[in-house]
Amino acid sequence: MSMDKFTALTAIVAPMDRSNVDTDAIIPKQFLKSIKRTGFGPNLFDEWRYEDVGEPGVDNSNRPLRKEFLLNQPRYQGARILLARENFGCGSSREHAPWALKDYGFDVIIAPSFADIFFNNSFKNGILPIVLDEAIIDGLFKEVFAEEGYQLTVDLEHQQIKKPNGEAIPFEVDSFRRHCLLNGLDDIGLTLQHEDEIKAFEAKYKAASPWLYR
Amino acid sequence: MSAKTLYDKLWDSHVVREEEDGTALIYIDRQLLHEVTSPQAFEGLRLANRKPWRIDANLATPDHNVPTTAFNSVEDIVDPISRIQVQTLDANTKQFGITEFGIGDVRQGIVHVVGPEEGVTLPGMTLVCGDSHTATHGALGALAHGVGTSEVEHVLATQCLIQKKMKNMLVKVDGRLQPGVSPKDVVLAIIGQIGTAGGNGHAIEFGGQVFRDMSIEGRMTVCNMAIEAGARVGLVAVDEKTVEYVKGRPFAPKSEDWDAAVAAWQDLKSDENAQFDKVVEIDGSKIEPQVSWGTSPEMVSDVNGKVPNPSHEVDDVKASGIRRALDYMGLQADMAITDIPVDYVFIGSCTNSRIEDFREAAAVLKGRKVASSVEQALVVPGSGLVKKQAEEEGLDKIFIEAGFEWRNPGCSMCLAMNADRLPSGKHCASTSNRNFEGRQGAGGRTHLVSPQMAAAAAVAGHFVDVRDMMKEAS
Repeated sequence: MSMDKFTALTAIVAPMDRSNVDTDAIIPKQFLKSIKRTGFGPNLFDEWRYEDVGEPGVDNSNRPLRKEFLLNQPRYQGARILLARENFGCGSSREHAPWALKDYGFDVIIAPSFADIFFNNSFKNGILPIVLDEAIIDGLFKEVFAEEGYQLTVDLEHQQIKKPNGEAIPFEVDSFRRHCLLNGLDDIGLTLQHEDEIKAFEAKYKAASPWLYR
Repeated sequence: MSAKTLYDKLWDSHVVREEEDGTALIYIDRQLLHEVTSPQAFEGLRLANRKPWRIDANLATPDHNVPTTAFNSVEDIVDPISRIQVQTLDANTKQFGITEFGIGDVRQGIVHVVGPEEGVTLPGMTLVCGDSHTATHGALGALAHGVGTSEVEHVLATQCLIQKKMKNMLVKVDGRLQPGVSPKDVVLAIIGQIGTAGGNGHAIEFGGQVFRDMSIEGRMTVCNMAIEAGARVGLVAVDEKTVEYVKGRPFAPKSEDWDAAVAAWQDLKSDENAQFDKVVEIDGSKIEPQVSWGTSPEMVSDVNGKVPNPSHEVDDVKASGIRRALDYMGLQADMAITDIPVDYVFIGSCTNSRIEDFREAAAVLKGRKVASSVEQALVVPGSGLVKKQAEEEGLDKIFIEAGFEWRNPGCSMCLAMNADRLPSGKHCASTSNRNFEGRQGAGGRTHLVSPQMAAAAAVAGHFVDVRDMMKEAS
């Protein structure tokens, strides 16, 4: 699947102030029964977001909301950047987690660390996960809480985040993943450009380990 | 040539090409497929008009959504959305010619139980599956890890993955385990020590006396939960036990192939002077039976310990995490773990649903009854073959006589995608792998334990040191 290109965005930041946010919290299991990639946004953080228990196929627009939950607060409406704590996305490999975040509207997640599989899955779906030092993250949390409508500008091309006061925070991103995001490239198409090399490897490997090919 | 770790060797033998920045194309020998994370991958293939690169590298079985009560065919799955997902797996495997152990096949079960059991998982392989507990297969010296659905599609289409090499971590547990302390206690104790992010970015090799002494099924329990320590990959070196385990299994190599394979597997261990980026050493003889009290697998305690007090925690984020967990779990700071009541018991999941797990639990339950305060106690085998074996040994009768329900294979209440759900507010002694909020059912309170500790809790109606219960008997 090819992706949308990602270059830069300026958007409201939603602060998820807890560590080890797991994929069961991001998208509870009952929604994994879908055979589609889309439509998970209304059930993002379902158990924290609604007072009742969500089920697939149910109209979410009339469900009672937990008013205090982050995404239900008026000041964070329209947020496209999620600010998070350590080990965000831990737990299962379900790609439904980034699908739900993307479908809701998040394009960037900033955290001191991510779980490996979630981190990888994010890039495959046009979400940019950014790792920053804990101290910088702490500072960002303070500023987001202090100022309603707080926005950041994330510039992937120049690998920097701009704060409202103009201060720039540089960030690292893997060059291959950056290239894919900037150009909206399809991984499978890229890999198949090396079809001959895969076939050559396979022939050699098969000769050495024939028992894997019976 | 410099000394290599087991992970280095497995990686090096599968590199198809590597870019200057370390981005590599890695060849994948085997992919396991189940109904939840594959439909969108097959749909992607169809949309792009692509075909699987190597059909025989794939094996499918439904597990997450299948009912564990008696039923005859896919059409009998009551939940229409679950039914469609299982039917979609049937249709996709049929369309692309992929082998599936479907509903009604005695080999059907949890992918991570089925793979090793059938000899589909072999030492030295690279193996992936759209499920994070794929780390399980590392117990056989295979490089195995979970992938997302985009990568399931990528492997189907290209037989490769785009990856960067992980770092090497060694978790060394020496000494000998005390009687009554199981592989599950070992891995929970490790996670309790290094934390759920302790292995992020690393492949963990489990080394030392404890793992050398451990059975292959025990090693699977440990590797299974490497992901709960943040590591996608868990590994144990190949030894005679590994070879003995694989021998004669349906998909294992035969005759001359077998001899060649065994010869090749001899090198599947870290070289003596291999360098690890991170090393953690634990004294195995000091590990006690474990019980998780919170909502993250790192929130564990010795069974004779206490629920922690957040006011003793200096880190603010951690203290608020403990407070939130105690609130969700309905527990008080400083209460004894053995005072936590148990309303439900679940013995099953890809962590603990193999024959040895059932033997251990049954040994505790023999001649005992589940406490009257326990509302439901389930035993769910990891596969149809585990179920059959247990029944041949008469274990099913011990469970049923004690008051357990003897079910059909599947993931069941580990993640509650089927009808087996933990009700809100109830405490469950569970042999599964995750105690996240809502994992076993919205509002449910999961406590991770070993099979013998779950059995003991079922009998007592609260957590109890299984060693004390076994002492009473002798």
